[in-house]
Amino acid sequence: MIAIIDYKAGNLKSVERALTKLGFACRITPRKEEILCAERVIFPGVGAAGKAMADLKVTGLDSAIREAVLAGKPVMGICLGAQIILEKSEENDADCLSIIPGTVKRFPGDLSGNGGRLKIPHMGWNGVDLKKRHPVLEGIKPADEFYFVHSYYPSPSEEGFVLGTTDYGIRFPSIIGRNSLIAVQFHPEKSGAAGLRILKNFCTWDGHAE
Amino acid sequence: MLSKRIIPCLDVRDGKTTKGIKFKGNIDIGDPVEMARYYYQQGADEVVFYDITASSDKRDIMIDVVHRVAGEIFIPFSVGGGVRTLDDMRRVLLAGAEKVSINSAAVRNPRLISEGAEAFGSQCIVLGMDVKKVEPSARTPSGYEIVIDGGRTYTGIDALWWAAEGERLGAGEICLNSIDADGTQQGYELKLTRLISENAGIPVIASGGAGNTDHIYEVLTQGKADAALVASITHYGTFTIRQIKEELNRRGVKVRMIW
Repeated sequence: MIAIIDYKAGNLKSVERALTKLGFACRITPRKEEILCAERVIFPGVGAAGKAMADLKVTGLDSAIREAVLAGKPVMGICLGAQIILEKSEENDADCLSIIPGTVKRFPGDLSGNGGRLKIPHMGWNGVDLKKRHPVLEGIKPADEFYFVHSYYPSPSEEGFVLGTTDYGIRFPSIIGRNSLIAVQFHPEKSGAAGLRILKNFCTWDGHAE
Repeated sequence: MLSKRIIPCLDVRDGKTTKGIKFKGNIDIGDPVEMARYYYQQGADEVVFYDITASSDKRDIMIDVVHRVAGEIFIPFSVGGGVRTLDDMRRVLLAGAEKVSINSAAVRNPRLISEGAEAFGSQCIVLGMDVKKVEPSARTPSGYEIVIDGGRTYTGIDALWWAAEGERLGAGEICLNSIDADGTQQGYELKLTRLISENAGIPVIASGGAGNTDHIYEVLTQGKADAALVASITHYGTFTIRQIKEELNRRGVKVRMIW
């Protein structure tokens, strides 16, 4: 069973629907015990880092996520879930889960590209330049694009945690990972066939990065 | 770098699309779920549903359509028409839409934008703007006025001001429809689109007037739009999404290619 962590951060149904379409059993749950005994865990989320962290702490889900990663269980962070796994976020100056060293940064306000000023949030389809091989990224082609909606991005302190980068006026890490944790800034559940491929790979991954 | 989006728009009445896709041999698909799936497989970047169901007691039909679409296509889609309250928004979003579009209701009650953004996040709230060209005046200095109720009612609101106000209130995106260009297939209103897009800090989807791929190319380059809405041009099989994207790609516009 795959647990989709419910901490009131946005609509989790789209992740559930995508997994159901792929034929994997999953359950949206706010319960720590259920998350700890799940085979794998998906940690989605949209919204603000400060509120998300506060909600996770109140329910004890912050430690559940850390424990799942420590136990070597495959864990996938999506969108906000790819940000609050770092140490600290510029959004609400929030202290985060510290699973990967580094910070979450806001896009500078003066980015340009595509012949003009770039708008924030970064919203729409963009490519990912893969930096490393990873079982969850198997079959992803250089031309594949993914659906993004965000104003902040994860910035690990070590290059080694960056699996893929994306260009939006600056080049930012859009896929990061450490051990059995992989996290994507885009929404694989809204990214067509390429996104479904990543979810499918995750659902059969044994949690070993190499 | 970010791709420009091509977004087919489906008008739905009582759970059926009003214009089906006409394939060669005149096979007409009138089921919105089937049409959405067809466009999804063709490489549409998003789909817009516009509910034109007249009677409110049939609104549940649309929610059922949204449910079924959400289980079939894995790209963002939005729903507009008939969304007047926070509760309407909640129902559409919970059924699986990524975004809701509000138009006349936002003009009548601008707090709907801020309350929607607060409750569901700005990325969910699309401000639909129907615009007509008018003589510039003290009230409408840009020469573009907001109209509502499907273009029947003039509001006296300047389009440029309303775009900025909508953004300030928390809209995450603007869907800009030129009533003058809509249905003409003579091209988008480029001057209007450029004016709004250059002054907005949020993405602008251009709507109304697409008749060929040149028009789409123009609105994404000269018009500075982030996305182009298409309807008749793809519904009638004049062009497929794929043909449109291949042409844009050939002319140097970055679009998502899935083949």
